[in-house]
Amino acid sequence: MRYLPKSSAERAHMLREIGIGSIDELFAPIPAQFRLIRDLCVPRQMAESEIVDWFRARAAENGDGYDILLGAGAYNHYRPLVIDALISRGEWFTAYTPYQPEIAQGTLQAIFEFQTMICELTGMEVANASMYDGSTGAAEAVMMAMRITGRNSAILARSVHPEYREVIATYAKYQGLPLTEVAFTDNGRVDLAALDAAITPNTACVLIQSPNFFGTIEDVAAIADIAHAKGALLVVSVAEALSLGIVRPPSEADIVTLEAQSFGVPLSYGGPYAGVIATREKFVRQIPGRLVGQTTDRNGKRGFVLTLATREQHIRREKATSNICTNQALVALMTNIYMDVYGREGIKELAQQNLAKAAYARKQFGTKARVLFDGAPRFNEFVLQTSEDAYEISHRLAAKNKIIGGFPLRKFYPELGNAAVWCATELTSRAAIDAAAGEVK
Amino acid sequence: MSNENIRKVTTHISQNEGLIFEHSSPGKKAYRLAELDVPEIDASAELGAALRTESAALPEVSEPEIIRHFTRLSTWNYAVDHGMYPLGSCTMKYNPRVNEVVSRLDGLAGAHPYQPEQISQGVLRIMKALADQLIEITGMDAITLQPAAGAHGELTGILLMRAFLESQGNARKKILIPDSAHGTNPATAAMAGYEVENLRSNEDGMVDLAALEAQMNEDVAGLMLTNPNTLGIFDEQIAQIAEILHRKGGLLYMDGANMNALVAKARPGDFGVDMMHLNLHKTFSTPHGGGGPGSGPVACTKHLEPFLPKPVVVETDEGTLRLDYDRPQSIGRVRAFYGNFGMLIRALAYIMANGPDGLRQTTEDAVLNANYLRKKLEGTFDLPYSTPTMHEVVFSDKLQSKSGLKTGDIAKRLIDYGFHPYTVSFPMVVHGALMIEPTESEPLEELDLFVDAMKSIAQEAIDSPDLIKNAPHSTRLSRLDETAAARKPVLRWKLESK
Repeated sequence: MRYLPKSSAERAHMLREIGIGSIDELFAPIPAQFRLIRDLCVPRQMAESEIVDWFRARAAENGDGYDILLGAGAYNHYRPLVIDALISRGEWFTAYTPYQPEIAQGTLQAIFEFQTMICELTGMEVANASMYDGSTGAAEAVMMAMRITGRNSAILARSVHPEYREVIATYAKYQGLPLTEVAFTDNGRVDLAALDAAITPNTACVLIQSPNFFGTIEDVAAIADIAHAKGALLVVSVAEALSLGIVRPPSEADIVTLEAQSFGVPLSYGGPYAGVIATREKFVRQIPGRLVGQTTDRNGKRGFVLTLATREQHIRREKATSNICTNQALVALMTNIYMDVYGREGIKELAQQNLAKAAYARKQFGTKARVLFDGAPRFNEFVLQTSEDAYEISHRLAAKNKIIGGFPLRKFYPELGNAAVWCATELTSRAAIDAAAGEVK
Repeated sequence: MSNENIRKVTTHISQNEGLIFEHSSPGKKAYRLAELDVPEIDASAELGAALRTESAALPEVSEPEIIRHFTRLSTWNYAVDHGMYPLGSCTMKYNPRVNEVVSRLDGLAGAHPYQPEQISQGVLRIMKALADQLIEITGMDAITLQPAAGAHGELTGILLMRAFLESQGNARKKILIPDSAHGTNPATAAMAGYEVENLRSNEDGMVDLAALEAQMNEDVAGLMLTNPNTLGIFDEQIAQIAEILHRKGGLLYMDGANMNALVAKARPGDFGVDMMHLNLHKTFSTPHGGGGPGSGPVACTKHLEPFLPKPVVVETDEGTLRLDYDRPQSIGRVRAFYGNFGMLIRALAYIMANGPDGLRQTTEDAVLNANYLRKKLEGTFDLPYSTPTMHEVVFSDKLQSKSGLKTGDIAKRLIDYGFHPYTVSFPMVVHGALMIEPTESEPLEELDLFVDAMKSIAQEAIDSPDLIKNAPHSTRLSRLDETAAARKPVLRWKLESK
């Protein structure tokens, strides 16, 4: 087996050194009736070339080379080539959690830079080293709000990504955390009056998404005022991180939870991505997940370490802020590199291109069907209501035009009828927009 | 620090490098955007009050500076590609390159999670193939690939336990957890709304059956057991353990962190486990990435299958695959989309590269390597449990503590010898633990160098303990002040802190 660096002679030598006659003796602790005495029924050992061929064939069965007009929590942005060139270095991807800081300064410094950039983008004061993804980050943010306020219910905007809401519901169920939902109005934004009425003295937080699942940018300041007036925290989930290049950051929030996939992370059928939790300094001891902090060594040189570990499971066990152990370090590294490539100006220009593409698409689609939620600003997504069923449109576009169309909303928002949320990024060509617009009705 | 006993490494030029922000200067760029093929737009008219007026202070640097920055930083990391990384319980094995190549194929890496199923047959086939093979390897009946990491898998598994027991009329109150367990186990039980009750180990490092018998009652939902446990010991009473739980209506959760000791040699489904998670980043070679992404599929028996997170991949009569969301008893979702798909590709490629014979040899070599180290180091270091061990071995610092040295000191000195340290001070059942897991990826030469290094350090502990107390001596930075870092946390860079 090509991954195993031993000859049979070496194995025999090692057995002799141990003082046993056969490898089976080392497996004696497993009771005989449970020892597997047959081969596993898995495919035979394959050559590297055969493995590559098999996966190429699977890739070919998929929609390679399609134009993507779909976002809904996973965004098709260009990935600068330096990202994979750098993260393919074994020093990055074959290292583990930086438990020994003297030989992990690369990873630690990169995370420290990442935390800084996330603070800059979100308008928060501290950010963690990352979470599994945006959905679990949102769930952890809600639980964090419970710990901070000592209250035990939460309000979710109905315009939050439906799958995020499902994840939060799973997490909340056994925390004794009742969830209620607040509706959106005809401009696609949270219904402020309904929100105000829904907050009780037991509401730990209000969770909104901005841009929300319809692509609409929420009035974060107004929602923060309403929440804060009643002692509840505001948690803002950002699923399209690139929006922060041009959209006002949710600085009035108490906790921002970000899905960073837009920053150079492959779509990869939904993962791995990277969530992040950012918050105010005063809440730092309630933040879940890993944190990297600056310190000095014995000679006074600057260095970085994992810090505030007393929040974490390996120290606190059942009293920890979360059971989370691993983060998404390599994905966070991708997003760090991405933010360096575009930098202060590029992130803005790129966001501006997305805005222009989506505005153009809205106009083109608007001549064929009804664009909903016109009364509020949007970033790179919008909702289109059609006379034809959204799934039909999607199937036709895929089969006929090699275009991946909008996300049909009927399953989660039946009240919107035949509607879908469409997305245009810097990678969406005018030709693809025109072709798709030509097919909708 | 020169020392003729240090044979594996020599000191070498290491580039200094500041934070990326410290290279920033207005106007430097590492990008050029493509020509915009639609009309320009006035952002302030489009966004109104929602327009960002103050730019995020991201660095402004050029492409060559980015390459140098991250290349220099990378050289400060120790990695499996450098050498043995014997972090017990973490299973730092070789990460095959073919895995990286196939996971980046355009049609897979570029697949949108909501693209229509008609053009997703390839990705669904990969998920189905991996699911089938993991089911065969674990001997369980069903699986979900959705959890993003081991601890996330634990949560999923305990939620399955809870949902199943609720369907029987009583979710119960407590989970039993042995004192040797990973910290994630009790934290997980708490997240799932259970009280944690500690279960003590016997003198062989296994579950104390009498204690289990006494503590098991109708209030106990189940037991979270790592097998082999964190001492590397396979609990041979596993069938009795399962029987005691099942007799009183409880379930057995197996933490599969150490499944690399069992693959192709024994199947948890055969010895009474009800549900378990797998760490694809341990047993199935997906890279640790400096701390994630991981992937933590959860396998279970037939009676728990209805409760698995949704969606699940199912095959239609025509042989096409689809995602089934119609699962009324499901615990719901634990993550958006379907899991860390990129990691699923890598794990499947690993299984294909091994085949049944390779998987068996891999497990045998992992256990062989650990036992070789145990044999060679026993006596030099205190072995608190003489029970046979599988894929990892736990020593203690009892002998070296006579010179005032702790496991953490020995670990730091090991760095000077060119090795990543073992896991320090865990499991907690061993005072001053040195938890060593070589994995199958180490050649005999590397193991022998490690043995020599450990013996040399043991001698230094007698001759010159200060050398160890002040280690490491050859790294860029000496020991870092973790207390100061926690007392006054600096968690981000600011211009004035330059």
